[in-house]
Amino acid sequence: MWKWLHPYAKAQKSYQLSGKLLPWFVGLTTTTSIIGLVWGLLFAPPDYQQGDSFRIIYIHVPAAMMAMAAYVMMAIGAFIALVWQIRLAAMSVAATAPVGAVFTFIALVTGAAWGKPMWGAWWVWDARLTSELILLFIYMGIIGLYNAFSDKVLAGRAASILTLVGVINLPIIHYSVVWWSTLHQGATIIKFGKPLIAPEMLWPLLIMIVAFGAFLCALTLMRFRNEILIRESHRPWVCALVTGGDK
Amino acid sequence: MFDAFIQVVIKDLKTAFRQKSDILNPVWFFIIVVTLFPLGIGSAPALLRRIAPDIIWVAALLASLLSFERLFKDDFIDGTLEQLMLTPYSLAWLVSAKVFTHWLLTGLPILFVSPLLATFLSLDMTTYFALFLTLLIGTPILSLLGGIGVALTVGLRKGGILLSLIMLPLSIPILIFSTMAIDAAGYGQPYLGLLALLGAMLLGAIMFAPFAIAASLRVSVS
Amino acid sequence: MAFHSLVGFLHMGGYAFYVWLAYGIAMLSIVILVVNTLMETHKIKRFVKKRMLRDKRIQKAQKMEGAL
Repeated sequence: MWKWLHPYAKAQKSYQLSGKLLPWFVGLTTTTSIIGLVWGLLFAPPDYQQGDSFRIIYIHVPAAMMAMAAYVMMAIGAFIALVWQIRLAAMSVAATAPVGAVFTFIALVTGAAWGKPMWGAWWVWDARLTSELILLFIYMGIIGLYNAFSDKVLAGRAASILTLVGVINLPIIHYSVVWWSTLHQGATIIKFGKPLIAPEMLWPLLIMIVAFGAFLCALTLMRFRNEILIRESHRPWVCALVTGGDK
Repeated sequence: MFDAFIQVVIKDLKTAFRQKSDILNPVWFFIIVVTLFPLGIGSAPALLRRIAPDIIWVAALLASLLSFERLFKDDFIDGTLEQLMLTPYSLAWLVSAKVFTHWLLTGLPILFVSPLLATFLSLDMTTYFALFLTLLIGTPILSLLGGIGVALTVGLRKGGILLSLIMLPLSIPILIFSTMAIDAAGYGQPYLGLLALLGAMLLGAIMFAPFAIAASLRVSVS
Repeated sequence: MAFHSLVGFLHMGGYAFYVWLAYGIAMLSIVILVVNTLMETHKIKRFVKKRMLRDKRIQKAQKMEGAL
């Protein structure tokens, strides 16, 4: 497998490969998100307790899941970048971080907009929301660190180290927050989302999760291609690419 | 190998004592921050007692942030760090000596002034004892975590604010577990389990953080 | 269909503000992210193009100088 993978450690090859993959992800994102949104907003029945406000679930849960998935992707990329000293992997870390941060932000805002009618408050120090907020802080730290270095190779390595430190810390943070919130408010929170969900509500949710996943991949690929272009801007193949049209 | 450790500690202590205000300022900052709270929220002893552990811990966190700059900055500027990298000893080992010294110079003074603050905030003896134990175990973890942050940002011109941005989210579990342990002590409940958790985190940090710090320093110095 | 009319759909069973707020902000942040990414690509390509033109001009000027 290594032999097969190796050519893709070259910038140009992976630029071309990602260019080939990108339309597929964009297509998958558009189709699944249209199906998921129409189904979720128009056809899924209203929740018997929460009425139509539950429809926020179709963006809240996928965004939260993909925010976590983005971090896992980054951690894998960071590990590869540090252990095998592959620059492209560090670039993928830098490419994923802003996407993950935006998804975390979406999860937080939609969680607040859902919480207001359900809990009566925009913000409740619920374990999941709190750890999502801390995840956003960590994302911002990684992005800030990456942008602070003018040498992007060093920036990639520094961001990779911080990502790995964060991945060791995240489970600890999560469990400490869960523990803390059960101690402080416990049963006062009405749990939602977790209980059994009717299949006609679940299907659009699954489709939306696929949509957000594909969107995460598409955006990461686009940003990854940008990173490659920046760092290889002196290479002849980039010059040829720029003059040869918009491919 | 232990010689090298001790030599680094002695050298850092010597340079630190040349600039005594560097040691005293974070401690003063710590005391002032804690004093601000009763002035801000009123001096009812019951209220103060309830939030005292949280105040002290947040203040300790901020005070340690202030002092981190010193950990590697001077050595980075005058090239000592590069010399350390050229020694035959592993960088992670030498770095742990530096972090240990840093804790001696910042964590320990905080421990020393904590009785004073406990009386300011009308803490009783058992709660104070728990506070002392969490500070004793928690501040070294802060030093180690902060060490990673400093090592990543030492080469940057505006590393200070970035350092807090990186370090504060990572130190949240320490804050949570410590204040939980102190709260438990305040209610007369057992808190040994929480202390053990903190201790486990300290051990984990001692094992992993020096390597992360060494790797980050290699990035910053190159 | 869960809704009988467009008004009913927009009304979202009384939760219109919260639902559309959530969807709106999500949409907006996604659009911003996509536009930012595309603009970055554009900017990089323009920058490389500009630099190539400049290099060419410099070469030309050097040749002229040599001829003089």
